Amino acid sequence: MTRITIDHVTRIEGHGRITIQLDDMGKVCDARFHVTQIRGFEKFTEGRPYYEMPSITSRICGICPVSHLLASVKACDEIMAVRVPSAAAKLRELLHCAQIVQSHALSFFHLSAPDLLLGMDADPARRNIAGLLEEHPDALRDGIALRKFGQQTIERLARERVHPSWTVPGGVNAPLDPQAREKTLAELPAAAAVVQRTLAMWKKTVDGFPNEIDAFSNFPTMYLGLVGPDGALRLYDGNLRFVGSDGAIVADQIRPQDYASYIGEASLPDSYLKAPYYRPAGYPDGIYRVGPLARLNVADRCGTPDADAELAEFRERYGRIVQSGFHYHYARLIEATYALERMQQLLDDPAILDTKVRAHAGVNSSEGIGVIEAPRGTLIHHYRVDDNGAITWANLIVATGHNNLAIGRGVLQVAQRFVDGNKIQEGALNRVSALVRAYDPCLSCSTHALGLVPLVLELRGPDGQVLDELATP
Amino acid sequence: MTEKVKVRIDGEVIAATAGQTILEVARASNTYIPALCYMEGLSAVGACRLCMVEISGVGRLQPACTTPVQEGLAVVTSSPQLQAYRKIALELLFAERNHICAVCVSSGHCELQTLAQDHGVKYVRYPYSFPRLPIDVSHPRYVLDHNRCILCSRCVRACAEIEGAHVWDVAGRGTQSMLVSEMKRPWGEATSCTSCGKCVQACPTGAMAEKGWGVEEMTKHRTTVSRLTSMREGS
Ligand code: FES
Repeated sequence: MTRITIDHVTRIEGHGRITIQLDDMGKVCDARFHVTQIRGFEKFTEGRPYYEMPSITSRICGICPVSHLLASVKACDEIMAVRVPSAAAKLRELLHCAQIVQSHALSFFHLSAPDLLLGMDADPARRNIAGLLEEHPDALRDGIALRKFGQQTIERLARERVHPSWTVPGGVNAPLDPQAREKTLAELPAAAAVVQRTLAMWKKTVDGFPNEIDAFSNFPTMYLGLVGPDGALRLYDGNLRFVGSDGAIVADQIRPQDYASYIGEASLPDSYLKAPYYRPAGYPDGIYRVGPLARLNVADRCGTPDADAELAEFRERYGRIVQSGFHYHYARLIEATYALERMQQLLDDPAILDTKVRAHAGVNSSEGIGVIEAPRGTLIHHYRVDDNGAITWANLIVATGHNNLAIGRGVLQVAQRFVDGNKIQEGALNRVSALVRAYDPCLSCSTHALGLVPLVLELRGPDGQVLDELATP
Repeated sequence: MTEKVKVRIDGEVIAATAGQTILEVARASNTYIPALCYMEGLSAVGACRLCMVEISGVGRLQPACTTPVQEGLAVVTSSPQLQAYRKIALELLFAERNHICAVCVSSGHCELQTLAQDHGVKYVRYPYSFPRLPIDVSHPRYVLDHNRCILCSRCVRACAEIEGAHVWDVAGRGTQSMLVSEMKRPWGEATSCTSCGKCVQACPTGAMAEKGWGVEEMTKHRTTVSRLTSMREGS
């Protein structure tokens, strides 16, 4: 048995590795995606007061701290058994939309654009931000501007860009500054124009990737996402819905509190990341995906005019249910459209300026579950506390976890197509990691942002001897 | 008791009253000496060693908060040696327990954090001891996180000297020292606690906090304790 291992050397917590298993004939027979992350989290929060969880859990990830914050404060709201004042709920959703915009901009432009706009087989020395600057300076500028808009909105709301302490159990700790509202409203049209331009460009470009569309996790799975009572896309609040690969609704309007009846978690021997599955279907048949593409597959519609028009076109091109993981990129642009429209709606509502933004309460429930749609997919925070509010048990299911099985299966599919025999081509190596990046897992991405993907691909014989080795420069 | 003396602080001649401490005299003349375990209105214990000063003719550094002034005393409050020494003292405080400012309710309002910033403590040169310490959440209104306690004993003194309840004490020795409420009962079960919250206001870090505040939200009314003493003494 020969084994090819791709090591992602990253500087962030969480460490991904791809192993491609060759059989004696030199054909790919298995592929695995391994992760090491958030070990011991449940242990070290034990005994801590529940209301500290938002700040602690938002440290799990430096890229989407707002997502953890929001899932965590929602779980804490439940422990306090309070109804969050309506202005506070609006402000949290606004913050969340800004986070979606900046995160999708980061994923599309900063992380994936070098592959998408310069080509998968482009010279690795130029397949980076610098190469992009030379060949597509406008796209790069757009990406930077869009991300900045999201970041600045977060900063204006929370007065801090990373790890904002503004979001608290029971609401938010300060009302919206009318000036921040004016500024954000004034900047919204330019941000929307960036997304429109990018969508127009992408619609012309996307069909130039037939192989990737074909091979990037292009297989049937279920999809999971939050929807409103009307079945429309929801990012901040809603009920869970599973749809099948044929578009049939498998389970609908599942209250977040009941998630555990529908989602099981399997422990894998070779990864620290648990593999969630749709419980009624069992493991591993209950494979499902989350994230931008999954949400668009799950929702009946977006619920805002521009995003709905884009979604209709997307479905016209690829069908009601879009299977290829490559279309996560497209889906991100549609969601960015939705998030910007939603921000406009929220800010247009004068009630968002209401100064009653925080409910105070003690421990009124021994359990709290908070679910949101993070940029990368459904995020679940689940805590149990004792009578004094000390955490006795915590469970987190992160987006990359939900997608774990699908990423592994996707890697296998790509490897079968692009890795052959004992020799590895750079393009193949890059396609495997590009597949992983299509899911935008929160590991391995920060190094790529610098245009340096320190990947090592090893081909080992049964005796452990290295037969071939390929490393990105 | 009101004998007047003259002392020199950083070269400046200052009139003082015998029995006053160096720290009191310095503060009265607007000379800054860092202090952590000292709190105006409470007795001084000299526990943190941040207020160390040089006294001419005395070979060792002395804590300003507990050393009384005498006629002719000459004090240096700031020097490279003192800076280095205070920095070490601060670093050791950090190394002793688990101070994670990023997730602390008092971040931004913490005396330890402010002093560390003032003294240029960017990292700690000593190995952290990472003790496993409990958090007492048993009190309905307040919480005690031993991870953030620096054993300054300001809470002990505020409770005993001002509230008169003496709920708190420091038990154990050396690295085993721990703040305890009422013979090691959980705080929420301490019958002598009046829930007045003076200990919380006196605490310089996030070790004692009101329940329910998120990260960076716990601001304290530092002057409450000092003001209560001065009201009582009618000054
Ligand atoms: S203030 Fe003097 S030793 Fe702490």
